[in-house]
This record gives sequence, C-alpha cells and structure tokens, in this order.
Amino acid sequence: MPESRSHFKWDFWTFVIIGVLGVFMLFLIYPLFTLFLSGFQDPYTGRFSMVNFAKFFHKRYYYRSLFNSFKVTTAVTLLAVLIGTPMAWFMSSFRIRAKRLLDVLIIISMLSPPFIGAYSWILLCGRSGVVTQTLSKVFNCEWPSIYGFGGILLVLTLKLYPFIYLYVSGALKKIDSSLSEAAESLGCSGARKVVTVVMPLIMPTLLAGALMVFMNALADFGTPMLIGEGYSTMPVQIYSEFISEVGETANFPAAMSVIMVLVTTVIFSLQKYIINRKSFVMSSLRPMHAKEISGFKSLLVHGYIWLVVALSLVPQVTVIYTSFLKTRGQIFIPGYSFDSYRAVFSTMISSVKNSFEFGLSAIAAIIVLGMLIAYLTTRRKSAITNFIDSLTMLPYVIPGSVLGITLLLAFNKKPLLLTGTAIIMIVSLVIRRLPYTLRSSSAILYQISPSIEEASISLGCSPARTFWRVTAIMMLPGVLSGAILSWITVLNELSSSVILYGGDTKTMSVAIYSEVIRASYGTAAALSTLLTIATVASLLVFFKLSGAKDVSL
Amino acid sequence: MSVAINIEDVKKIYNGVEVIPDLSLAVKNGEFFTLLGPSGCGKTTLLRMIAGFNSIEDGLVKFDSDVINDIPAHKRNIGMVFQNYAIFPHLTVRQNVEFGLKLRKLSAAEIKEKTDEILNVVKIEQYQDRLPENLSGGQQQRVALARAIVIHPSVLLMDEPLSNLDAKLRVEMRGAIREVQKHVGITTVYVTHDQEEALAISDRIAVMKEGRIQQVGAPHSIYTRPWNVFVSTFIGHSNLFFGVIATENGARGVRFANGWFSPVENLLPAEDGTKVIASVRPEELSVRDEGLPCRIESSVFLGKYMNYTLDFGDGMVLPDQPGIEYSQDIGHAERVFANGETVKLLPNAKKFNVYTEDGSRSLIKGVVQYA
Repeated sequence: MPESRSHFKWDFWTFVIIGVLGVFMLFLIYPLFTLFLSGFQDPYTGRFSMVNFAKFFHKRYYYRSLFNSFKVTTAVTLLAVLIGTPMAWFMSSFRIRAKRLLDVLIIISMLSPPFIGAYSWILLCGRSGVVTQTLSKVFNCEWPSIYGFGGILLVLTLKLYPFIYLYVSGALKKIDSSLSEAAESLGCSGARKVVTVVMPLIMPTLLAGALMVFMNALADFGTPMLIGEGYSTMPVQIYSEFISEVGETANFPAAMSVIMVLVTTVIFSLQKYIINRKSFVMSSLRPMHAKEISGFKSLLVHGYIWLVVALSLVPQVTVIYTSFLKTRGQIFIPGYSFDSYRAVFSTMISSVKNSFEFGLSAIAAIIVLGMLIAYLTTRRKSAITNFIDSLTMLPYVIPGSVLGITLLLAFNKKPLLLTGTAIIMIVSLVIRRLPYTLRSSSAILYQISPSIEEASISLGCSPARTFWRVTAIMMLPGVLSGAILSWITVLNELSSSVILYGGDTKTMSVAIYSEVIRASYGTAAALSTLLTIATVASLLVFFKLSGAKDVSL
Repeated sequence: MSVAINIEDVKKIYNGVEVIPDLSLAVKNGEFFTLLGPSGCGKTTLLRMIAGFNSIEDGLVKFDSDVINDIPAHKRNIGMVFQNYAIFPHLTVRQNVEFGLKLRKLSAAEIKEKTDEILNVVKIEQYQDRLPENLSGGQQQRVALARAIVIHPSVLLMDEPLSNLDAKLRVEMRGAIREVQKHVGITTVYVTHDQEEALAISDRIAVMKEGRIQQVGAPHSIYTRPWNVFVSTFIGHSNLFFGVIATENGARGVRFANGWFSPVENLLPAEDGTKVIASVRPEELSVRDEGLPCRIESSVFLGKYMNYTLDFGDGMVLPDQPGIEYSQDIGHAERVFANGETVKLLPNAKKFNVYTEDGSRSLIKGVVQYA
C-alpha cells in the first residue's frame, strides 16, 4: 500500500502568500487594530471605555458633522445620477458630435483633484471672486454665497457625475441591440421600451455607480475643507480634531474614525451585495446603434451635454488662467506673467519632485502587488487567499483622512517610527490606490485560460518563471488600464497625505492645499496647472500605449 | 526518450468526492492510447494527474519504473496539447515552438535545426513568423502539436485537442496527429469523448465511466466485442433485447422473448434458463422471412444507410433505450420500407453479443476486459 502523497509543498506562491500577508498585517491590520483600540480608550486613564463615542453623540457640534455628511452626500449622489444618467443615454443612443473629445474631457474633469474644483469656484464666486466682484460692481446685485452646503454640492456633483456617466455608458454598451429589437418586435417601443427593458438592465449598474459616488463624496476631505467653511463634514471634523490634538493620544478622532469606517463598511457591503446579486451577465455582439438626430432635439441634447461638460471644466480653465496672472506677493495685479511658475520652481520644486518620486515608487509597488495578489485570489483559491481577497476590500472602506490617522497612530513610536518619512507616504498611497490595479488585474486573469500557463509548465518552465514570462506579459494590458487610474489618483492624493506629510515629504497636492490655505492663489494655481498637465499627459500616454478609448472603472 | 506509463491503484479526491476510486492502467512505449468516456468520467482528471496538474491522492504513476508522483509538472518532461490550443498569444509561431527548447539550454543552432524540422513535419513553416491570432483553429492546433513534440517529451498528452474544430477539419487533423505521432514514435495519451475519433486514431482505447475503467482494448475488439452493456451502447449503437440461455437441437444459444432461438457458438458455460441481455447492433440485423417481428416507426436516410426506428412491442426489448434501430445497407437493399410496415429482422448470430442479466460482463468466450 503506497503512502499518501498529498502533503503540502513549498513553492513560489507560498512565499508570495506569506509576503503579502506580512505586508497587509503590518500596514493594514495592525494600524486598524491600533485605531480601534485607541478609539475605545479613555484619553485620561487609558482604560477601555465608550467615553469618546458618548462625547460624539452627545454634543451637537460633533454629531452634526455626521448629519451634514449624510445630507450633502445624499444630495450629491442624487444630482450626479440625475445629470449622469441622461448624459450616458444621450451619448449612446444618439450620434453626438465630437463624442471622443467629450469623453476625454469628462475623464479629465473626473480625474483632476477635487479640491482644485473647490478652490477655483472660490476664485470665481467666492467673497472676492471675479464673478462676485463683477456682479456687485456692474449690476450691483448679490451673488449667492458659494460657501457651505451649496458649494460642496456644486463641486462634488460636477466632479462625481462622470462616475455615473461611465458606469451607465458601460452598461448601455453591453445591451445587445437584439434585446431592444426583440422588445420592439413584441410591440414595445419608445418610452415604454426604455422603462420596461433598458432601465431594469442598467439599474444594478446605476445603483452600484451611485453608491460609488456616495462613498467618494462621503470620504472627500479637500472640498468641504476649502469651500465648506462652517459646514463641517465628518472627514473635516476628524481632521480638525486630530490637528488640535497633536501630541496627545488622539483617542477622540480615532473614535470618530471608527464611526466613519463602520458607516462606509455598511455602504460598501450594500454596493457589493447589489453588484453580486443583481447584475446581469450580458455580452453584446451588436451594441446599440446611435441614431442620427437633428433640429431642435439635436440642439437640446448637444446643449445639455456641452453645458455639463463645460461647467465641470470651469475649474481647470480658471486654474490655468489664474496661474498666468501677474502677482505681487500674494495679490494679483493687472497683466500676465510667469511669476507664479517662477515662485513654484524656486521654492516648491521639492514638492514636484516628491510627488513623482513617491508616485513612481507607489505605482511600481502597486503593479507588482496587484498582479501577485490578483493571481493568488483568482488562480490559487484557498481559505488563505480568500482572506487576502477580503483584506484587499479594506481600502475601499477607509476614507483617506482616516487612513492617514490610522497609519500615524500606528507608526509614531519606535521601533516602528515612520512618521514624516517618505516610506509612510508611499505606503499610504499604495494601500489607497491598490484596488484599481488589483481589480483590473483580476479581471484580465479571468480572461486568460489557465491552460496557457499549464502549457508553459509542461514545456519545462517552473511556475514562478511561467508567471513572469507568460502570465505577467499577457496580463499587462489589463493591469495597465487599472494602473493608469492608480497612478493618476496617486498623483492627486490629498486626504491621507495632508495628515502624513512632514517637512521634507510635502507633495504637490499638499503644497497646493497649503498655498490655498495661505491664500497664495497664484502659486497654488501654477502648481495645480502642473498637476493637471501631468494628469492629462499620463492619460494621453495611456491612450496612445493601450489603444484604449476610455478608462474603465 | 519515450517511456511506458504505469498507473497503479491511483485515487483522486475532489472536494471530498472520489472522482477516481482506484484505477490501474498500463500504456506501452510508443503506443497511441486513448481515454474515452462521457463527460465527467474522469478521463481528463487522469490525464492531468499524469501531467502533474492534478494531485494524486493515492497510488503511483510511473514513467517506465520511475515513480513521478512527487516530480513537479515542469520537471516531468511531458508534451501537452490542450483543447483551446493554449498558444502563447504574445509570441510568434516560431517563438512558441522554440519556447520549450530555449528552457533546455540548447545551442542556438540546435534550436533552429529542431524548430525547422518540426515546423516542416506539422506543415506550418509558411506561418512561422505570424502571431497566433492570425491563424485558423487547425493551424493553431498544429502549432500546439509542434510545440509539444519538439522538446522530445517522454510522453505526449492530448486533452480533447480537436473538439474546438469543425467536423471536416477534425477529420483532417486527426489524420495529421496520427501521422506525426507515428513519425516521432512517442507514447501518447489522448483524451476524447468522441468515439468515432477514438476508433479512428488509437492503437488501444480505455473506455471510462465514473472514474472506473470499463474496458481496454484495440478499437476493433472494443467495437465488436464490448466487455459490458455500457461499452456496447456507448461505442456505437446497440439494441438491447431480453433473452434466456437455451439449447435447441443440441445447439446452445439465446431465446428471444417472442420465442425466436438464435444459436450462439462461443457462449461461456451457463445454465439453460439463465436470463441474459442480447445486444444487437443496427447493422447486425437483416430482413428475413423469419426472425424478430417489428413495425417500422420512422426512417432517416443517411446516404449509405437507411436508419429505421423500430417498435418490437411489449416485453421484447429493455425499457428506456434511446432508440431501437436497424441500419439498412442501401448498397444491398432490395427495397426500402415505409413507416408502419411490419418486417421480420434476423440478428446475425456470429456478431451479436450476450451479457449477464445485469449487463456487467460479456458471456462470449474470449472477450477480455483488459487487452
């Protein structure tokens, strides 16, 4: 009787599993654990207590921010859906002029840092804004305040409707025209067809997109910080509590972070549930045919689309324009110049350098980790890799500012003293932006037949070599489509960096933010312009390299 | 060098289910050996155990006398051809074929020589600098075959390599595979669910069902002398009749339910009155003045043959058969029959098979399960 031979073998992937688990444990589980522990600690005695939570829910000043967050986030989500859905419908069912350009513009408006939106709307419609001043001087009429709820709503909606647009467009593209024809052959057409066939098919995608917008709006820090003024939301409240508590134990902001993470976890689970339960598997051989429209209808549709796109591009244009204004110190004076750029290159060049250094290091780590983890979770299914898979969901539920605090609390003591170093900046970038690359890597792996790898192995190539020589190369196009999102969001990252940066590790986003806070609008605009250029250039390189026509979310 | 494969008492368990409980098999050196069976019978599982892609829960797999259970797949020196070709899409045809050679640290001249030769053998020289996406399915499968053979593997494993091709190409490619295999003389294990393909291509066939070997033998003996009712109905078509062992005028044979007696010369010893199953293929029936009366239900004209579906009435044939059929050879038929006509069909006593009542084994002398 031969002995059983199913014993465990150490191979390349075993080491990868151990390595990945180690990274997650150190930079995600341990910090989150520290955060929770800290949240449940009495700031004075250090004992376990609910005192921080009691404080939050007792004082209106604190719990108000939670309500504010929900209010503004719900409003943003609704508006984004109302704007984005018809846009997607128009763009895919009618022949729209310059569709390609519009698509790129929409992606650009989505991928630019959100706080640039806030800041340029302040430049335009703020207390001393151009529009405000002109209106009061010329027409002597008052422009409604841009600060507070309305401003946040405006900025976030224009920034986030592209998510809905891209999600719904994607879903519409997948509807085979035969479905629509089948409906018509059964006597169902026009509005009735849209309601009974098209709507139900895109509904799951729309919901998923809406929740994505909700999450983004809820976690956004820069916009409410700049334009919210008295209207404080959770991320802002957490940040200001944290800043005012530096040097102490930060138990109270930690508790608020815990609340925030719980809320986002619920929303995220809801989104996952909807995507898993309610999405339809569709593959379209013949996508919907775009109809020609003319006359008044065409005018209306084009007008609507261009209005929305133009509005969402106002920030970019304003910022670029402002960056060329002549300045004296912090004040703009008539005329144009490169003063702001000179100032940036003489005093803030290190932030540009940092952004690219950290960004490139982070994206390299993201790509390697993303590919390896995607492989583990799709090809080496086991209890451990399932666990890793669920760990990779964590970044979705940790808002940037919370992640910043989490890492800061965990790594501010020896032997794990990383505060203020480049390493902690890079780590936070990797954690926050890994999911994009991870998801696209998994998606492409599902399209690569495992027998290709087996063919390589059968030819004598070891599994590890097969991964690098065959699988990785075949994965590359898919990986890139996620990596471009990771890269652009890494470049524009503010909410965690603003908490983690030290004197030498300021990035462009952080520098813009602090220049805006200092009311040094010229340099802020110049830096923002550079950031926008970097973003657009990255996108263009990506389109060129991949031959893709849009980014996939 | 090519090897013999000896599989001894192997077991495969998937999620707690014994997919292959206990299987032994010997494949001779240089042989074209086919694993044939319905889907889910464990044939691909067994092939992947030989390849090293599936773990072996128990038992031994040997190449000649070397146990390979613990040798990882990439060190087993196997050539494998997959159902979906598994051509590396980022490499040209030539680079695909060179892939395995480059890993074997051969000199550039050697690699070139071997690659040129095999490209010639499988007739894809003219496509050597193309990317796979520009090749047809049949051409891709030729690349896969070349890539697998060029490394001079110990064994060649093929997992339903033709099932993605259209019918005409399938016939052409199976000829090509057979030719190349004989040319290089390599031990080949071939998996398919297509019995016609198996009969056409193999030296020997193992018919599998539910993880167990039903019969091993040359295509001709598997078809003409199936070991059990499963094999007789899975390979080709067989009509199953109720019968009993009987002796008439000193001759032993089978009495059908209507009383018709058919003498069978080479019956194994069995008492008169033993219940049996008589398995008669559609082409083993012929229209006579006496025999088994039946009614023609429907007919399908197939060119060479007219295929009739028959109704023998109650109690003659086993219930739940996919169809009782008679193939009439058009080349020798006097006339074709109309639906509803009644005819008498005589089973060819030299050809038809007799099985135990449970259908588990043949009662014909000289029929063996493992040959």
